Amino acid sequence: MAVRRLADPAVQPKSFTFTVENLDWAKGEIAKYPDGRQSSAIIALLWRAQEQAGGWLPQKAIEHAADLLGMPKIRALEVATFYTMFNLAPVGRAHVQLCGTTPCVLRGADKLIKLCHDRIGEPLEVTSDGKLSWIEVECLGACVNAPVAQINYDYYEDLTPETFSKILDDLAAGKPVKPGPQVARQLSAPSGGPTTLTDPALYSRGNGGKPQGSALHDAEAKKPGEPANVRDAATPNLPPMMHRRKGGHDAPG
Amino acid sequence: MLQDKDRIFTNLYGLHDWGLAGARARGAWDGTKAILEKGRDGIINEVKASGLRGRGGAGFPTGLKWSFMPKQSDGRPHYLVVNADESEPGTCKDREIMRHDPHLLVEGCLIAGFAMGAHTCFIYIRGEFVRERERLQAAVDQAYEANLIGKNNVHGFPFDIIVHHGAGAYICGEETALLESLEGKKGQPRLKPPFPANVGLYGSPTTVNNVESIAVVPDIMRRGAHWFAGIGRPNNTGTKLFCISGHVERPCTVEDAMGVPLHELLDTHCGGVRGGWSNLLAVIPGGSSMPLIPAHQCEHLLMDFDGCREFKSALGTAAVIVMDKSTDIVRAMARISYFYKHESCGQCTPCREGMGWMWRVLTRMAEGRAHKREIDMLMEVTTQIEGHTICAFGDGAAWPVQGLLRHFRGEIERRIDEYSANPHPEPVQVAAE
Repeated sequence: MAVRRLADPAVQPKSFTFTVENLDWAKGEIAKYPDGRQSSAIIALLWRAQEQAGGWLPQKAIEHAADLLGMPKIRALEVATFYTMFNLAPVGRAHVQLCGTTPCVLRGADKLIKLCHDRIGEPLEVTSDGKLSWIEVECLGACVNAPVAQINYDYYEDLTPETFSKILDDLAAGKPVKPGPQVARQLSAPSGGPTTLTDPALYSRGNGGKPQGSALHDAEAKKPGEPANVRDAATPNLPPMMHRRKGGHDAPG
Repeated sequence: MLQDKDRIFTNLYGLHDWGLAGARARGAWDGTKAILEKGRDGIINEVKASGLRGRGGAGFPTGLKWSFMPKQSDGRPHYLVVNADESEPGTCKDREIMRHDPHLLVEGCLIAGFAMGAHTCFIYIRGEFVRERERLQAAVDQAYEANLIGKNNVHGFPFDIIVHHGAGAYICGEETALLESLEGKKGQPRLKPPFPANVGLYGSPTTVNNVESIAVVPDIMRRGAHWFAGIGRPNNTGTKLFCISGHVERPCTVEDAMGVPLHELLDTHCGGVRGGWSNLLAVIPGGSSMPLIPAHQCEHLLMDFDGCREFKSALGTAAVIVMDKSTDIVRAMARISYFYKHESCGQCTPCREGMGWMWRVLTRMAEGRAHKREIDMLMEVTTQIEGHTICAFGDGAAWPVQGLLRHFRGEIERRIDEYSANPHPEPVQVAAE
């Protein structure tokens, strides 16, 4: 458990209310849940409040969300302090969440942590220009692309001190940066190219899975218990603009 | 090696269209109505016959879990909840499903929901996965638009999917903590019984399944249980997404058959262990909660539930963390202990206090700043945590430490000897008992 407390009263704004747009959005979120269960939307509302407040959650924002949901303030405060993605004090415009769990450490996250210390400062300390802050977080769930950092909403993967340093510089300078793997690699495939899914037959239906019209209608459903090519409809209707193999869409295998 | 035609996740690497049209071209949403026409029992029996075991870590048979749901509603709605709070260190398979093959998951939700009489499905995705959530929501919206799901959909079974997200808490991957979080509370696990199948979300019958367990169901139904059951070994059937991270030449996520030998898995897909097989120190076969397996046992390790259990570990989420001989193994495990210290929900004393205690002792052991009798004390403390907490988090934190002490006790003793052989100004600390 980590002790998490609200920010100093000196930095807390005096009031907080959702903008009209956000209020509309919040009502839509609340409507997703059954009647009387509106408190389910608390995380979504706090998340939006954090966005509106510039990346952190002031006390008034937490209380505002609680009021909207008709739940006691303490319940909303509990949620805000329990979940670690809610920043309880101001953060930089680019907030770096650097993974420091074992799979990332095995691939060199230690060097990135040191780099953050040198380049940005202490964890959760905002640089004087207000552009950067960082924190070491637990597993981000992209371990095959370790080491990983999440900056605002995007993952930056397969980092080295050089590429990471350049990303931080670019962010501080307001230049665009490219999320995803920072080496030549197709996402989570092995570098050098996939070792699987190379059989073109997998993608021979339609045009290789590229965007196209509807491939199948459920009116053409299989007969229960029969192999996939035995259908209720004798000849499936070809949707317009389709180039399909004759007798297509039988199940692979 | 598994052949491409037997792979389920054909867009694992995002090389093709993730959208509805692309997914349909690859076979998704094919004859879903005919699948539902098999009826609730027909689907559950097929899933049982396939031998599918839950892909979230515990390996509980999915069909059996579904059959625990009440057959008739007593007036309370039934809920299906999909656990997409993927946070186990080493694991990153559900992320690929949600961003590249989301329609397999959406279709699986419909089939699973139908099999359990659940008209509402919540998908709980971890807060960090913002882009993945956007993608999944887009896929759900596409399915609504094509009237595949919704109130009056073409399948004749009213079904709603709500994508819900967390905000950074590992414990919310525990099913009852997830339900608490979904209800808008702190994610603290509930006592069981009552089990979620009787009293779950909003007090209604609920089944919680992992993303991968649900996403493979449409293919099992289409190709038949015998196809799925024909892959792997009895009791360990089907295909599995493996995430191989750490000290291999080319880390990756890959779908292969259950029971694939570890050596083959690493050599075929990852270019082998960094510095060659002889440079291997240990692997963690199933995410950080599982005990490590030292190199000399890895030669014969088969990657499935029974194969891992043979070496006193478990398949877990099939997240293979490979460590070569350059690894500071004690420090690596101390970092895992820190993870559990950070993520403990604080509800049960053995866990809340024990996690920090284990981390502090292991950190000293990594430097050799400890006493040898503390090794046995640490082992005893792990057994006092294990099984004495509300949820399995305590077990999952105790096992990796036990694995370390079981296989690398000599290394810890060596460090203690080395430290004490040199003069130090400060006395060596002892853990409070």
